[in-house]
This record gives sequence, structure tokens and C-alpha cells, in this order.
Amino acid sequence: MSESMLMKGNEALAEAAIRAGCRFYFGYPITPQNEISEYMARRIGEHGGVFVQAESEVSSINMVYGAAGAGGRVLISSSSPGISLMQEAISYIAGAELPCVIVNMSRGGPGLGGIQPSQSDYFQSTKGGGHGDYRIIVFAPATIQEGCDLMATAFDVADKYRNPVMILGDGMIGQMMEPVVFPEVVDVAGLPAKPWATTGNEGRKANLINSIYLDPEELDTHNWKLEEKYRKVRENEVRYEIVHGDDAEWFFVAYGTVARICMSVIQRLRKDGVKVGLVRPISLWPFPDEAFEKVVGQAKGFLTVEMSTGQMVEDVRLAVNGRKPVYFYGRTGGAVPTPRSVERRLRDVIEGRVPSQSDYFDRVGGGKS
Amino acid sequence: MIPVYTRPKSLTNVVTHYCPGCPHGIAHRLVAETIDELGIQGKTVGVASVGCSVFAYNYFDVDFQQAAHGRAPAVATGIKRVTPDSIVFTYQGDGDLASIGMAEIVHAAVRGENITVVFINNAIYGMTGGQMAPTTLVGQKTTTSPFGRDPKTQGYPVKVSELLATVKGAHYVARFSLHNPANIQRAKQGIKKAFQNQIEGKGFSLVELLSTCSTNWGMTPQNALKWLEENMLPEYPLGEFKTGEGE
Repeated sequence: MSESMLMKGNEALAEAAIRAGCRFYFGYPITPQNEISEYMARRIGEHGGVFVQAESEVSSINMVYGAAGAGGRVLISSSSPGISLMQEAISYIAGAELPCVIVNMSRGGPGLGGIQPSQSDYFQSTKGGGHGDYRIIVFAPATIQEGCDLMATAFDVADKYRNPVMILGDGMIGQMMEPVVFPEVVDVAGLPAKPWATTGNEGRKANLINSIYLDPEELDTHNWKLEEKYRKVRENEVRYEIVHGDDAEWFFVAYGTVARICMSVIQRLRKDGVKVGLVRPISLWPFPDEAFEKVVGQAKGFLTVEMSTGQMVEDVRLAVNGRKPVYFYGRTGGAVPTPRSVERRLRDVIEGRVPSQSDYFDRVGGGKS
Repeated sequence: MIPVYTRPKSLTNVVTHYCPGCPHGIAHRLVAETIDELGIQGKTVGVASVGCSVFAYNYFDVDFQQAAHGRAPAVATGIKRVTPDSIVFTYQGDGDLASIGMAEIVHAAVRGENITVVFINNAIYGMTGGQMAPTTLVGQKTTTSPFGRDPKTQGYPVKVSELLATVKGAHYVARFSLHNPANIQRAKQGIKKAFQNQIEGKGFSLVELLSTCSTNWGMTPQNALKWLEENMLPEYPLGEFKTGEGE
């Protein structure tokens, strides 16, 4: 099917997952992602799939462990506090090298926080939310269309590396409606075989899904084997977009919905002759360092804009590595930066009114809304 | 010469890490004999839990997944939903199942998951060195109840089989004991029924097996069996608590 449909983000992602061959979904209610579960409960059965509402996020993600280990194409979704509960099992899934896709429609924290859009789970998503040396691959769509396009990619990448892939959205991506054109339906029968899955040892040696290595030498070997895999992910799975990379002197750095706000600001500023562009990481891990290599020479500076008190900005600083100034602007807790406030912040930066790069305080909003 | 007693095909030929006198070996053998007799080795998937039986996958010659502490019923649910033709069993101790994993076991029963649960109850945490479990008897000394379990502050032993028997989704719930040959034979029949139920699609089946931990109880294996008989049997009566007829 190739016609455009108007759909809510959460429902569109669920439909995209089914079209990508997902046949197993495990969930637990939490706002603002319930439409994913509800859509799966209604529709996945039509494709011979299975929907299970678990007793908790702890159980749902462990069902994912079992289902992925049995060879299923598995999706789970939740929002920030629920994702926190899943971190133990995500560590096990990464340790046991199982493929799955995790959607986090993140909301404001810490604690119970709020239910409005937020980007304050960047650290948790990209720096290892659970225990141990592991990485999960994180894709951050800026539009519903991009989320749907990334869904099939996420499953394929998860299978290729036998590693969890997270689609990190926020309440806005999940709740808003946009036109979307779905990618081609994946032929489930044509997906690569998983000879390692626990499907019964008839005619072969027994398979084991496991993350325990009590012998230090074995665990060390296992960890370096994982790291070798992550090195390949860093080489092959970096995704980003650069806007106005040809002539921009100042760059916004933003992902997800905030990148779209920055795009509005760019259009307005360019009318005034301000040469501003955007670096938009799509893969948050692996972080697109190479995007900064491309523009750092021409850039006078960067302004990272996030719905957080400053998380991704640390990776931006590592990528820029002191060569140019990196400023920050953020709102939290569901307060979304307005185009006007973002524009004013950039003008303040350009015109020298932001005293230092470590000045995170929102002078426009006064830190308050 | 005709061998009359051999290692079950579904058990691997390795020395286990269990302490001398530990009934895990007996329980493993009963499960393996059952798998052999039912002819399901090639489609059985085990789920190992956290505790002394964490390495159960080394001893069963079937596909296995190793689960996080308490989560084996959730992992088994995932496996069974993807491969409904697989025969999926969890093997869990009382710390794993009755403490940290209480939500998972209850809700697997509530959903009537068509899985088999082998639950070893020896009233103590074995692998971590003899701490109090929810199943520890009143007055029983452990490293975290050094003066004996005091119900005023530590409550009373949880009776998993009785509890799960109240769950409509559970099909078969029974408690057996491994303290002497006659009871071991009965346990074998219960385990077989619990697997047979799954083959027939009857739903959630759990067999609780009373067991010992001579190492952490601080007794000889022989005295531990006697202690089980004298102390655990009164607290944990044996029998089939639920043989659900189409519920």
C-alpha cells in the first residue's frame, strides 16, 4: 500500500511494526504510549501474531527475552518510568545477544514526573541504562513518517547484530497525527533464519540463551566480543541529517521533535540573512561524530537544544572536542521550547549575550514557563 | 548384560556442581526421565532460574534459556507464545519463585499459560549462602534469621501451592516431597502429569517438590531428610491441590 494516511504516531508505529514482520508484542499500560498496545491488541492477531498484556513492565520485557530467544520478531513499548523498570532485562537481552525493538515514548522525570513530552531519557538510552558493559542502538525519529521508516530498519539492525534497538520518541511524536506512507510489507517467511534460537534440539545440539559467565576469563572474552560487535555498529549504523551544511555558520544540534522546532527557526532566521543550519542525530547511539567533522571547520559555534537540562550536549562536546563553542538551551518536564525562545537564544549566542558555554539557564523563560 | 538403570537420554553426562546429598540431582533425574518417557526431548525448552539450579542447562540435554531472578515464568511465556509446539518448563527454587518472582508465577497461572513449573522448596536461599526465604519455617535459623524466623517481624511461611490453587487459570497444582523413595516415586508421577497436561494443552501446571539443603541447614544429608519429614511436612502438606477440570 502506498497511499498517504493520516494517523496518530503511536498507532502508525504499531502498524509499521506489523508491516515489518513483528508478530509478537508484549506490553503494560503507561501514558503516553498506550495506543501502541491498544492497536496491537486489535490488529496483530489478524496477522497471526500474539499480543500479551503482562502484569508489569518487568514481566513484559522478560517475555521479550523469552520470545526473542525463541526466534520471534518482537516489539515492546513503554514510556520512561516503565523503561526504567525494564533495564535489568535489557541488560540480560544485550548480554544474551537477543534481537528486539523497544519503543520509548518518553515523558518527563525524574520519578513519576509527568506525562508530557521530554527528552530526559537520553542518558539512560545511550549510556547503558542497566548494569554491565553493553550498548543498545537508539534511533530518534523526528516525524511519524521517519518513525515508520525506521521501524523496519530497527528490526533488521536488531537481527543483524543480535542486539536490542530502541526507537526513542517522545509524547509529542506518539500523540500527534501526521500523514504517513507505509513502507512495503516485509515477507516474514523471507526473513533470515535464527539457528541459535531455542526451538527444540531435534537433529542438532542443544541451544542455550544465556548471559552468565562465572569464569572471569570467559566473561572478559564475552565482553570484548560484544565490544567488537559494537565497533561494527559504530562503523555501519550511524545516521544523521545536516541541514544547510553548504553555507551555515551557526548550527543547531537537536533530535526528534525539537529538531523540527529548530527547522522553523532556521526558516525564519534565514529570511533575515542569518546563516544557520542543523545537525540532527538520527542514531543517538552510535552518536554521529562524523556529522560534526563535516561542519566543524565552517561553524562559528553550535547551539544544542533539548527537552532536558542538558544530556546530548555532552556528546556534542565530545564530538566537537573544544574546536568550537557549544552552547545549550533546554526546557524540561513537558515544557516544549517555542520557536521564539529558541530563536532568541541563538541570537543571544551570536551577539555575545550568553556569558559562557556552561550557561544552561533559560533567560528567556527564566527557567520557568 | 541388560542394563536396568541408566542415565536418562535427556541428562548430559557431566558431574554436577550440586553439594553432596542435594536432592536437585533427584529432581533433575525425574524431569529427564519424564522427558524421555514422553518422547519430547527434541521439542522441550527449559528455563533456568537464579539460585543453585542456575546451571541446570548444563545438565539437561535440551534447549535452554537462562532467566533473570524470578522471571522464569515470564521468559517461559515468551517462548511458549512464539513456539506453541515447544514443551516449555521452568525449574525454580523458593527464593526465586516465592519471593522475587511472586508476581510472575501468579500471573502466569492467572493467564493459564500452558507451561510446566518445577518448583523446588527447601525453605532457604541456597546459592547465596543460607539466607531466610519466604518459605523458611517459623523458628528456623538462617543467616538472616539467626535467632529463628520470628513471625512478629518476619511473617509466616508462604504456601505457594495452596495460594496458586485459588487461581482459576491454574490447571494442576500439587506438592510432593523428595525425602524417601516412595515419595520420590509419587513426585515422578506428578511431574509426568504436569508435562502431560502441557502436551494436551490443558494449561498451567506446577509441581512443588519439598527438598533439603543440608549445607545451609547445617546438617548431614541424612539428618536433613529427617528434618524435612518432621518439620516441613506438617507445614507443607503433600497432595494435589488442584486438578482443574476444564477451568
